[in-house]
Amino acid sequence: MEWAPLFLSFKLAFVTTFILLIISIPLGYWLANSKSKWKPILETLVSMPLVLPPTVIGFYLLVAFSPSSAFGLFFSEVIGLKILFSFTGLILASVIYSLPFMVHPIQSGLSSLPSSLREASYVLGKSKWETIWYVLLPNIKASILTGLVLSFAHTIGEFGIVLMIGGNIPGETKLASIAIYDEVEALNYAQANFYALILVIICFSILLFVYLINGGYVKRFWK
Amino acid sequence: MIEINVIKALKAAEGNMILHLDVHIHTQSFAILFGESGAGKTSTLRMVAGLMQADEGSIVVNDEIWFDKNKKINLSPQERKIGYVFQDYALFPNMTVEKNLTFALKKNQDSKIIDHLLSLAGLERLKKESIHHLSGGQKQRLALARALVPQPKILLLDEPLSALDHQNRSKWQAYLKDIQEEQKLGILMVSHDVNEIFSLANKVIHLNKGQVKALGSPAEVLLQKENGFIPSLKGKLLAKKVEGDKVICTILILHKVFKTETSLLKAQALKVGDEVDFQLKD
Repeated sequence: MEWAPLFLSFKLAFVTTFILLIISIPLGYWLANSKSKWKPILETLVSMPLVLPPTVIGFYLLVAFSPSSAFGLFFSEVIGLKILFSFTGLILASVIYSLPFMVHPIQSGLSSLPSSLREASYVLGKSKWETIWYVLLPNIKASILTGLVLSFAHTIGEFGIVLMIGGNIPGETKLASIAIYDEVEALNYAQANFYALILVIICFSILLFVYLINGGYVKRFWK
Repeated sequence: MIEINVIKALKAAEGNMILHLDVHIHTQSFAILFGESGAGKTSTLRMVAGLMQADEGSIVVNDEIWFDKNKKINLSPQERKIGYVFQDYALFPNMTVEKNLTFALKKNQDSKIIDHLLSLAGLERLKKESIHHLSGGQKQRLALARALVPQPKILLLDEPLSALDHQNRSKWQAYLKDIQEEQKLGILMVSHDVNEIFSLANKVIHLNKGQVKALGSPAEVLLQKENGFIPSLKGKLLAKKVEGDKVICTILILHKVFKTETSLLKAQALKVGDEVDFQLKD
């Protein structure tokens, strides 16, 4: 049994989720509070991965980072980052692809808080960041947890976009979802089933865990 | 002196409205903003707090400019150092009773004040509780205590006693008066309750559709028919005296005594000691 694709999938999901959390808190805060005329445009961009086929994003990333484009050349030669067919590229693609799954819960969580909480903290002399950190985020724990889990699970489930950007390099870009496709192509159903079953079990457990926590079942059980 | 001279276009239920204020209040006075809903009372508090920006004008407190449109000065709510009690209390749900207070401490501020305020608000035994376990009245007391932690010089209160029953309300009115005198606070409070105004305020600002309709002592503002306001006061009938076909009633409203006349027929139904509604048009 080959564990590498599973390991790689989870590594990608962890890294992506972590990066998304860092990006999505300021982005979600801005979207929840801004009255800027640019807001609808940014909201649309964030939500695009929900409606576009993953291959479309994959295709444009492929074109953008190809060594024949100036942008791609700049990245590989000047910055020295290899994006295409590398783990770095997978992270970039996953962050774009799973962005709405983290931003949306955080944005709607922040929007649902009464604005008086933020204002009360300001009036008490607390800065914007103190307010976000000590008042706002602790009150949207359920939304953050939902965002974390959805991003994680969605990254595990990626196929089209990672295949286009990463290809199928064992130990580097060959994720579990791609390995399943590979094994089926080779009529190796037992191995495909091994990957598939583990993904099913893990994703089921993660989602169940979230619903239990957010539904308050865990709290009631411990009482 | 708190000098508020501002113009702000507001969207009210009946359409757009211009809030135009030009009021000067002594820094240590207890001023009450009074008027129908949508008159601009909460907006006034929000502009003083820096939570809303006026379109024109200035707000100057003790010669310090908090807001000046022309000079492009607008201090942030953090810099204004005020206490604010919100209509919905705005307590932080993720914190305990005590944590709500300690969060409000300034940097390097002595935390002794927390115990003092907890006992003043009668919440010592609940200090480790989540705020979800508090009653409406307890939440209001906590919100007020929290606003007092950083020892502000000006306290803005948006209907802080509205959720309290009659008994608790009187207790809190006394408490507010005490802390105002004790801490030499300037208080600007929104209230609809005429009884409350008479017992607390030394200045009343009567707002009507965004305009200052009257400004002065409670009696000056509320007991003048020409101000177009007929208050209903709850009081206790102390004495009845028949004079011709009229009856002169002496009524105690909080700790002030008023006299009014009424018809024999109406007076018949009243006994000395009764709680009565007292209306000016009678």
